This record gives sequence, structure tokens and C-alpha cells, in this order.
Amino acid sequence: MKPIKGVLLKGGRVIDPATQLDGERDLLIDGERIVGVETPGAFAGVKDLDVIDVSGKLVVPGLIDLHVHLREPGYEWKETVLTGTDAAAAGGFTTVCCMPNTKPVNDKAEVTRHIIRKAEEAGFARVLPIGAITKGQEGKELSEMVELYEAGCVAFSDDGFPVMNAGVMRRALEYVSMLGAVLTVHEEERTLSDGFAMNEGKTAVKLGLRGFPGAAEEIMISRDIELARLTNSRVHFCHVTTARGVELIRRAKNDGIPVSGECTTHHFTLTEEACEGFNSQAKCSPPLRTDEDREALLRGIMDGTLDAIASDHAPHENDSKECDFPSASNGMLGLQLTVPLALAQVRAGKLSLPRMIEALTVSPAKAFRITPPALKAGAIADIAVINPEERVLLTKSYLRSKSKNTPFLNQELQGICIMSFLGGKRVFDYLSMNSQQSSK
Amino acid sequence: MRVTFGQHLLGIRGLERPQVEYLLDTAKEFIEVNERAIKKVPTLRGKTVVNLFLEPSTRTRTSFEIAAKRLSADAVNIGAKDSSVTKGESLLDTVLTLQAMAPDVIVMRHPQSGAAHYAASRLTNSAVINAGDGLHEHPTQALLDALTIRETLGKLTGLKIALVGDVLRSRVARSNIFLHTLFGNEIRAVAPPTLLPQELSSLGVKLYTDINKAIEGADVVMSLRMKYEYLSEAFIPSTDDYCKRFIITEPLLARHAPDSIVLAPGPFYRGVELTSEVVDGPRSQISKQVNYGVAIRMAAIFILAARSNRSVEESLQEGAL
Repeated sequence: MKPIKGVLLKGGRVIDPATQLDGERDLLIDGERIVGVETPGAFAGVKDLDVIDVSGKLVVPGLIDLHVHLREPGYEWKETVLTGTDAAAAGGFTTVCCMPNTKPVNDKAEVTRHIIRKAEEAGFARVLPIGAITKGQEGKELSEMVELYEAGCVAFSDDGFPVMNAGVMRRALEYVSMLGAVLTVHEEERTLSDGFAMNEGKTAVKLGLRGFPGAAEEIMISRDIELARLTNSRVHFCHVTTARGVELIRRAKNDGIPVSGECTTHHFTLTEEACEGFNSQAKCSPPLRTDEDREALLRGIMDGTLDAIASDHAPHENDSKECDFPSASNGMLGLQLTVPLALAQVRAGKLSLPRMIEALTVSPAKAFRITPPALKAGAIADIAVINPEERVLLTKSYLRSKSKNTPFLNQELQGICIMSFLGGKRVFDYLSMNSQQSSK
Repeated sequence: MRVTFGQHLLGIRGLERPQVEYLLDTAKEFIEVNERAIKKVPTLRGKTVVNLFLEPSTRTRTSFEIAAKRLSADAVNIGAKDSSVTKGESLLDTVLTLQAMAPDVIVMRHPQSGAAHYAASRLTNSAVINAGDGLHEHPTQALLDALTIRETLGKLTGLKIALVGDVLRSRVARSNIFLHTLFGNEIRAVAPPTLLPQELSSLGVKLYTDINKAIEGADVVMSLRMKYEYLSEAFIPSTDDYCKRFIITEPLLARHAPDSIVLAPGPFYRGVELTSEVVDGPRSQISKQVNYGVAIRMAAIFILAARSNRSVEESLQEGAL
């Protein structure tokens, strides 16, 4: 990245969980690094700066998303690395970890390198690929994890195809432990969730839809807690959705078992009732649960049981949602929704702002054992600026993803990322995006 | 009070009690038509009804076809094998193609829950009647059951209704539960626990695994068919094992529900769900159900097809029936 003119983010509320900083500061960027974070006015003597007044705004480390689907290679009509990382930058994320369920599956170094190269060409966000645990995500033979790791994979997952064979899972945990890498797992005992369309519960029984009981998730969480204990190798639980799942992870952590977990914004915002009227935009896996679960998830994030807030950004073209509910694809967009939906819980008093930022920066970095971002002199300038007051109508044109699948479409959301810096380079600017659109 | 209807009939859930009563009252008029020597009225001359049945069906499709024809509407039947669905056409394109031919009503059966709702959400002109969507609803079946009960027992309130059998996979059960909830009837369901979703209790249904208790004092015993074609897993070890606890027999009815009538949506399995003695006995309303089924479907088609030009009241007053 070529050197750029110094940028001064002036007068913002700088929140940096890594350095325990939360206060009004001026932040100076020069080139790709942060020069300093100082009390307001400290950089008054520095000349020739691009000064951006961010008073009333939040200045936070670039957010990290442990769970996105960029769909490339293989499903470029849904999303590409370019459009997905564009959405990431617009959502305040400067680092995203992409799941391996591409075509071909990311079980070969060539695929990993292809994704990383595309991300570097795009220049919107750092992409850290997640390699497949097993070849073809088939749950049988371990993929070549050393090769994948050396090519740039930071974690391993078979994502929506959980490794059902406990013996294979054990070997995978043992094998990756020498790399210090983490297995990140979608938990679903598929013989209990076969043919599911939504949460098993009151709404499903009214709609005549097959259910995915919470137990199908909890059984697998329990199994993998025991395997983590047996192998002393880290398991990260993707998108935990049930109160009981949170409790299992809480106990495992208390027992000193190496586990971590994440929760998506849609699982802590919506419930199964969003599926009423056969709304296929609310169909996802694991499914939206109940209000009780939602509350437990938020408590789990607050007390650190759930380390990270993740988006499970899952783009799908419109046609894959234009059908009867059981036939619709699972998943919804997340990258540009994470900040507003999390801030809504902050306003509701369910999350604290510092913990929200931590769960989007330092905590996920620790969970995946990647270098945590920090706002301090000498650090790489990956930064997000959030305006908690800004209201936005979630239109198709606001969404940078190639796909537009979200149950929040055309709703007004409050609190969005307005500016992102990747290595000191401004990769997203809401104001200039707006002015571009209005001049069109 | 003037009763109005929406564009579609997708389920009992979403209907109000006056709408159900209006459908039953209208159907009652048609029962008389069906008893005439010339079983045809000119009411829907020039209207077109498409029966889009993307799942095998004989009795419901025939019932809708006869209903349309007795109203003088032109009826066209499309089965899964005839449709472009087998060529990979999407449901959306199938229904949009049909709508472009300007049918007034599309009667739709589909193996997936919510399919009729989805189709209806994309149709601006044609009315959709849900003739069964997956495990969700089958509203005209619940209506014909209600008409049968009302005409036989003389009332539709203050009743104890026992649903016996495969509740899990039964759209008929779900539509009946919604309907009888509207009328404040006591609804009980009895089945092996594998076929009895516990969440039904949130709809006010009392759940039983003992048929003796479930039918105690029941006014209506409704037998539900084992829907083997849905969900392939084994929910019961065998029909023989099921029979030992759940078959509806005359001695059982005589002992626990001596005044009950018996309904079965059909097809049913003699010797598995009910004994022949019950099917062919005086409690059985099965033939009446089939007969009233035509009247109910005439009412549904009539109300939705007539919606666009004149009200049902006007048609009735004009003696167009």
C-alpha cells in the first residue's frame, strides 16, 4: 500500500478494548499505521492533514467477522470476494473469515490462495479463509490442513455439514492442535433436524413446517465439548442459538475446557415468529428460535460465554427465496446489519457498548488466535467510524452485497458504520457514497 | 352483517368465525342443488377454474372438478405429470403462466407447506384456493367436516372433538384445530407420542396417548389417515402395533362415546385406523362428508369467483342459484 496523506480523526469517542481506552481522543493516521491516539488538540501542530471531524461518532478498531460466506469461487452470482468485502467495509469490518462451502470446496491450497488473491485485488478488507475440516466437506477424510494453514487458512470448518463421525472429529482436533488452529463448527445432529424448515416449536406447528429442535444443536455442542476436553484442542461454536447451548458452553468454560462461541445478530434480534406468513427471508440454519433463547444469547455475549458477535453473512439470489418456504435457501445478509442490530440491543440495555465493540474486535481475534487489532501508536490503521445516531433506510441500493436477501429490507435502522479504514486507506465513506448516489 | 372475503382461501387460520359460517351457509344452499335431477346452475358461466394438483389426489381433485362444473364454470385439471414442474419450471413461473390465461380461480395442491401462500402472494388477479399444502392446511376439508357435523348434530358449538391418529403429518388435523378453536369447541388429539407434536397444546389442544380417555364423552371422533407418503422415517414400529392401541372400534365408541359420530377424511385404512364395523355403521358420516365436500367446494369457488363482480348476497337474492 503506497503512503497516503495523514488523516486526523478529530474529537471522536475512541473505544479500544485492547488498550482499555474509552474516551474522547484525536487519532492520527499516517500511511498505513496509527501515529497516535491523544487527548483532543494534541495534534494541533501537525500540518497538512486531512482533518475529519468525528465528534459524536465512535472510533473503534476495524471489526472482525468470524463467519461470512463470500461464495467465490463457484457461486459468483450470489456474491464475490469483491462485493462481499465491499459490504464488509460498509459494515465496519476490516477482517472477515470466509467459510469453505464454495465450489470447489476450500479444501485445497489453490482455493485458499485464489480467495486471498481476489481479496487483495479488491482491497476492501482482509480475508482470512476457513479451510474445510474434511475433503469435500464430506466428513470422511481429513483435508490437508497443514497445506491449507500454510496457504493462509486461519481455522477449519465443514460449516453446514457437521462432521457427524466423532472419530473423524477427534482426529481433526488432534491434528490441528499442532498448528494452533481452531475448528469452528456448525452444530446440528442431522438425524434430528432432517428436512427442517424452521425451529421446532409453536410457530412450526401452526405452519405445518418441520422443525429443527434445539436438542439437535445441543447434543452436538455436548459432544464437541467432550472432544475438546479429550484432545485439549480448541472448538469454536458457530452461531449458537439456544439458551441451553449457551449454558453448556458456560459450564465448559468454567471447567477449563478450550471452547469459544459466537452469536449472530439475527439470532439475538429475531425469533421464530419472523417466519410467520411463510416469510422465506427469515429462513436460516440454525433457525431463529424463541424469545427466551434470544435473551439468553444476549446474556451469553455480555458475560463472555459467547466470545464473538458474527454475521453469518449468507447471500442468496432472489430466485432462491422465491418459492415455497421449505424449498427456500437458508440464510440472510449480515455484514451491513451487524452494527445497527447490535446497537439496537445497546439502546435496549441488553448489551453494553464496550462489550459490543469487544465482541466484534478483540474477542473474536482471541477466539481464532489471530492478532487482535488495537488503536495505539504503531498499529496498523484498521479502523471503523460509527455514527450511532445515523438512521438509514435499508434499501437494495444501500446494500453493497450482490444479493439482497434480508428480512430487514426497507426497514429503518439506526446506527451505522460511516467510514472504514483498511491499513490507513479509506475504503468506505458513507457520505461520499450518498453524494455519489444522489448525483446519479 | 355483511361478510367479506379476501382474494384467496389459503387456510382456516386467518378466517373469522362469521366467514366460516357464511361458507357453511352458502354450501348448504348447494347441497340442495346437488340433490336435484339436473345438478347444475348457471352461476359461474364463463368463469374458469384451474385445478393445479402437484401431488397425487383423486377425491379432492374430483370434488373440485365436479364443484366447478356444477356451477357451470370451465374446469381444467393439471397434474404434476402434465405440468412443466417435471421439466424443472419453478412454482412461480407455473402460476404466473396459468394466471396469464386469466383463470378466475386456481385450486392448488402442493407437497410443500406454504406453497399456496407463496403462489397467492405472487398472483394479482386469480384467486387461490388451497386444496392442501404439505403438512400445513386443507381448509375445504375442515369446512366440509364442519358442515357434516353441523348438519348431523344440529350445532357447531359446545362440542368435544377427538382427533385420532397421525396428527403430526395431518393438514386436515391442523385446519380442524383452527376451525374448532374459532367455535370454542374442546379439541383433543390422541396418537402415539411420535405422531403427536407436544407444541399442539399451545393451540389449546388436549393431548392424549390413551384413546379411552381421549374419546370419553366425545361428540365427534375424527379418524386421521396414516400419511406414509410424507416423511419417510418410521414413526411407528408397524401398523399392527399401532392398531393395538389406536384403532377405532364400535365397542370402544359404545363404551366411551355412545352418542358420537365418526368422520374420516379419506382415504382411510380399514382394520388399521377404524374397523369396518365403524366405517359401515350408523355413526359413520363418511359418505356424507364426500357429498358435502362438493357443496363446500362449490361455495368456496363461488365466493371467490363471484368476488370480483357481484356479492354472494346479490346472487342469492336474484335466485341465480
